[in-house]
Amino acid sequence: MRAAFARFAPPLVTLVLILGAWALATGPGGLPSYLLPGPWPVALSLWNGLVGTGSFWPHIGFTLTSTLLGYVGGSVAAIITGVAAAESRLFERFVYPYVVAVQAAPKVALAPLILVWFGFGLASKVVLVALICFFPLLVNTISGIRGTDPELIEMARSFSRSRGFVFLHVKLPAAAPAIFAGLQIGIVLALIGAVVGEFVASDRGVGYLIGSATVNMSVTTMFAGVIVLAAFGMAGSALVQRIQRRVVFWDNAERHIVTPQETA
Amino acid sequence: MTLPPALRLREVGFSFPGRTVLAGLSFDVAPGEFVAVLGPSGGGKSTLLRLIAGLLPPAAGQVLVQGTVVAGPRRDVGMVFQKPTLLPWRTALDNVLLPAGFRRGASAGERTRAEALLAAVGLGDSAGYYPAQLSGGMAQRVGLARMLLHDPDLLLLDEPFAALDAMTRERMALVLQKLWQERPRAAVFVTHSIQEALLLADRVVVLAHSPGRIVADWPVPLPRPRAPETMATPEFNALALKLRRLFDEVAA
Ligand SMILES: Nc1ncnc2c1ncn2[C@@H]1O[C@H](COP(=O)(O)OP(=O)(O)OP(=O)(O)O)[C@@H](O)[C@H]1O
Ligand SMILES: [Mg+2]
Repeated sequence: MRAAFARFAPPLVTLVLILGAWALATGPGGLPSYLLPGPWPVALSLWNGLVGTGSFWPHIGFTLTSTLLGYVGGSVAAIITGVAAAESRLFERFVYPYVVAVQAAPKVALAPLILVWFGFGLASKVVLVALICFFPLLVNTISGIRGTDPELIEMARSFSRSRGFVFLHVKLPAAAPAIFAGLQIGIVLALIGAVVGEFVASDRGVGYLIGSATVNMSVTTMFAGVIVLAAFGMAGSALVQRIQRRVVFWDNAERHIVTPQETA
Repeated sequence: MTLPPALRLREVGFSFPGRTVLAGLSFDVAPGEFVAVLGPSGGGKSTLLRLIAGLLPPAAGQVLVQGTVVAGPRRDVGMVFQKPTLLPWRTALDNVLLPAGFRRGASAGERTRAEALLAAVGLGDSAGYYPAQLSGGMAQRVGLARMLLHDPDLLLLDEPFAALDAMTRERMALVLQKLWQERPRAAVFVTHSIQEALLLADRVVVLAHSPGRIVADWPVPLPRPRAPETMATPEFNALALKLRRLFDEVAA
C-alpha cells in the first residue's frame, strides 16, 4: 500500500501540475480555444466519444485492427527472416547490407504508394504497419542471434549437440532479449504506421478522426484522439514489457533498451 | 593387440593470426591415466583442450582420440570449461542434463544420476537455482557435474576449480578423485596449482610459453587415494619443490 503510494504519487503530482498549467494557459486571458482547448472541453469530448454517443468506437476498432494485424504479421515475418538471415552466410553477404540501408530509410514515406497498391481500406494500413515494424525487429533478431556468447555455442557443440539444438536452446534464448527490444520498438511504431496510413487516405480510424477534426477546426476532438492514441501506445508497450519480463526472466531488461534510430 | 592410447598428440601446432600458440606438441595419455597440464597463463592450455575436444582444427600435426583422428566434437569426450558456461535460462539441474537433452529429453535414470552428481559436488539443494543465483564456484561445479553426466571416456578439465576458494578447491579435487576412482578413465586436467596437480595426477606435463611446448613430463608416484595428509609427505613436497623450481625457470 505504502509502496504503491510512493510509486504513483510523484507522477500524479506532475500530472496535476500539468493539468493546472494547461487550465491556466487556456483560462480567461489565455490562449484562444481554437488553438488550444482547455482540459475540461477535451475531457468532455473524450467522454462523449467513448461513453456518451460512443462515436469513437468504430474508429478505435479500425485502428486497433490494422495495428494488431500489421504488428503481428510484420513481427512474425521479421523473426522468421531474421533467423534465416542469421543462420545463412549467403544471406548475410548478399542481402544484409541492403537490409541495413532500407532500415535507415523512413518507411512512412512509402505510405502513399502502399495506398495506391493496396487500396484505401484495411489492407493498405495493415501492410504499412507490418512494413514499419518489420525492419527494426529484423535487425534486432539478427544481431541478437549473432551476439550469442560463442563460448556457450562451443560448450553445446562439445557435448555433441546438433545444430538444431544449438539454435533452439542456445541461440534463440540468447537472442530473446534483443528480440523483445525489437518488439517493444515495434508496438509503438505500429501505432504510428496505422495513424499515418489513415492520415493519407481513409474513411475510418483514429487517425482519420484527427484528420477530419482538423478540417472542421474541431481542436477538442483532435486532442481527444491524440489522448486515445497515447493510451493505446502506453497500454501496448506495457503489455509487451509484461510478456518480456515473463519470457526473458533471466535478463535484466535495462541493458537491452535499443535506441530506436531512424526507424519509422 | 594392445589398446590404442586414449589420447595421442602428434606434432600438434596451432596459431592464431599473428601468434603461434602451440608448436610440435607430442604426448600420449594411456587409457585410465590422469594427466595434469601445468603452464604459464596465456601459454595455450585452453587452446590445447579445444583442439583435443575437436572445437578447433590443428594447423599442424594430428590429434587422435582412442586411435582415430579428431575431426570434430565426439561423444566420448567431455569438457569442463575455464568459465562456467551455463545457460542462464536453465536451472542448475537442467544445465547438468544438457548432454541428455534437458529434463524433458532425459530418461528417469539420467535424471536420478544428474541429481546424484549435483549432490556429489555439494549442490544437492541448489538443483532448482538459476545460474544468476549461483556463486562462481557453484556454477563451476555444475559444469563439472554436467561433464560427468555426459560420461565420456576422455575427460578434459580446464582449470575447473580456479574460481573456488582454497578449502572448497581442495574438497572438490578430492570429490573429483573419488568420482574418477569409481570409474578410472583418461583425463587431461589443466591447472595453475602444483598442489592440485600432484593431488590428482598420475603424470604431470609442464608447458612453456610462446610457443607452447613440453618442458617436463614427470610421473607422480604417490599412492591413491590421496588425501590432505598426502600433501604433508616428504615425497609430495619434494615433487612440489622440483616443479616449483622448473616453473620459475620457465616463467623467467
Ligand atoms: N580466439 C582467440 N583469438 C586470438 N588469440 C587467442 C584466442 N584465444 C586465445 N588466444 C591467444 O592464444 C594464447 C593462448 O591462449 P589460451 O587461452 O590457450 O591460454 P591458457 O594457457 O589457457 O591461459 P590461462 O592459463 O590464462 O587460461 C594467448 O596468447 C591468447 O591471447
Ligand atoms: Mg585457459
